[in-house]
Amino acid sequence: MSTLSYALTDSATMLRRNLRHATRYPAMTVGVVGMPVVMLLLFNYVFGGAIGHGMTAGAATATGAQHGSYLNYLVPGILLMTIASGSMPIAVAICTDMREGIVARFRTMPISRASVLTGHVVGNVLVTLVSSLLVIGVAFALGFRSTTGLLDWAGALGLTTLVTLAVTWLGAGLGLASPTPEGASNNVLPFSLLLPFLSSAFVPLGSLPTGLRQFAEYQPFTAFIETMRGLMLGTPIGHNGVLALVWIVVIGLGGYAWSKKLFHRDPVAH
Amino acid sequence: MSPSQLAIEATGLRKAYGEKVVLDGIDLAVPAGTVFSLLGPNGAGKTTAVQILSTLISADGGSARILGHDLTGEADAVRAGIGVTGQFSAVDNLLTAEENLLLMADLYHLPRAEGRRRAATLLEQFDLADVAKKTAATFSGGMRRRLDLAMTLVGQPKVIFLDEPTTGLDPRSRRAMWEIIRGLVAGGVTLFLTTQYLEEADQLADRIAVLDHGRLVAEGTPEELKRLVPGGHLVLHFPDAQALDDAARLLPAGPRDDNALTLQTPSDGSARAVRAVLDRLDAAGIPVERLTVHTPDLDDVFFAFTGRPTRSTVPNQTGQTSQSTSSDETPKAAAR
Repeated sequence: MSTLSYALTDSATMLRRNLRHATRYPAMTVGVVGMPVVMLLLFNYVFGGAIGHGMTAGAATATGAQHGSYLNYLVPGILLMTIASGSMPIAVAICTDMREGIVARFRTMPISRASVLTGHVVGNVLVTLVSSLLVIGVAFALGFRSTTGLLDWAGALGLTTLVTLAVTWLGAGLGLASPTPEGASNNVLPFSLLLPFLSSAFVPLGSLPTGLRQFAEYQPFTAFIETMRGLMLGTPIGHNGVLALVWIVVIGLGGYAWSKKLFHRDPVAH
Repeated sequence: MSPSQLAIEATGLRKAYGEKVVLDGIDLAVPAGTVFSLLGPNGAGKTTAVQILSTLISADGGSARILGHDLTGEADAVRAGIGVTGQFSAVDNLLTAEENLLLMADLYHLPRAEGRRRAATLLEQFDLADVAKKTAATFSGGMRRRLDLAMTLVGQPKVIFLDEPTTGLDPRSRRAMWEIIRGLVAGGVTLFLTTQYLEEADQLADRIAVLDHGRLVAEGTPEELKRLVPGGHLVLHFPDAQALDDAARLLPAGPRDDNALTLQTPSDGSARAVRAVLDRLDAAGIPVERLTVHTPDLDDVFFAFTGRPTRSTVPNQTGQTSQSTSSDETPKAAAR
């Protein structure tokens, strides 16, 4: 068998292992789905009335709000939060794995070394995609209505997959760089929670103070969310489409190269 | 011995973490089909040696060949022929015992049926068949260690590294592990065993190397090493000082202790020699309360070569010992 097919076989084996972990330790997976759903309910029912009213009454630039309820405005942001929080389980899982002897065992076996990371990444992408679908399902149940066609939704699925892949590699790097699983979970938070809040996920950028608005305008999540909003609701995407692709490449390749470097260094003596 | 018969050969292996030299140029030659034990206290560099030889980490200097394959140039060929069971459990805690073994079978690219057959055999052999469907997280230390070794054997390695295989196990589990190890040896594999228990090396190894502060300070068969240290003796306990004095005049005397009322006298510890000593004392009318026989063991070996007993060093996880004294003045002789 060739090296490449060994790499594929080994990656598939590792994927099965990681998916089995996800079913055996579902708390993390449930958290990743549960948190965005709670946010969705919270923002729709608790804050939604006030924010939605403010948006339709005041901000003329409010994208999405004109196209429907605040729920419609909210859903693309919540979807991106779901994807972002997908960087957490892989960081914790990889960090935990690296501390266990099992990865040391893998390193002394005649297997494709890359398969250890590939298995984690593919497994995490699949779990995050399922979480995203569940969140979208809940959104539809709450009354979310899309105004775009099949092609746009195909684009939305593609964007979801690419962003998931990129943040997963970043999560992998953060997990490898963190000394403890608790540390890994904390190190992910600024990216997975804070950054989405400082974007156009919940309020239009026009309502933000100048400094914050400038930051929010160019950070990855605004680009992702505005592109997603366009694909789901038909709002103008503008330069955000290109910006989103650039951020995907930067985060994805950066996370990949970083993870690879960290994984291939000599493990620290216990 | 020609190089092709050596399962493990290393020259000048060096490893340092920052300022701390963990391995200071060690040479090894382990013939195929034998058990080699690297003996030393915590922090001597045993685990580092295993990590280098099993391709887990790279050496700073020196070279090594495993089964004729160069460690750095042909790492994958080396990995195909070895198995490692480390001091720190290398099982997947979220998988069952059976799933752990099947994971190994998949990674060794065994056909499905063959993998299942091998897993079933190993579960039986390692007394894990009853708990095959339980996750490893629920296992005791002994069960975990057995599963760990069983996973190592799925790939049928020719060279097995066992890094402190019985550390932390209770005496019964330790005996069970020894039996398993003897079984492996009978199957013809080469074993590289590290231990801090002298009894373990004595029980299992064909050859022993004593590692201290990253250097090999002695090497030989257990018997050769024992021969290098002062011989055995009897310790005789007397009821009073008079009896001690009389005995000291009568017998070839070693050190005496006037407070404990004991006298040492050289002896090989055989029943005949012990009886001869007792007969002489009896004939002279000297009363003896009791005696203890001391045969040289590997503790004496370690003391002779490093100048301190094995248990005097303080365990430290990062591979350092709390002792700063070097063993430069102790004999470097190797009994070859």
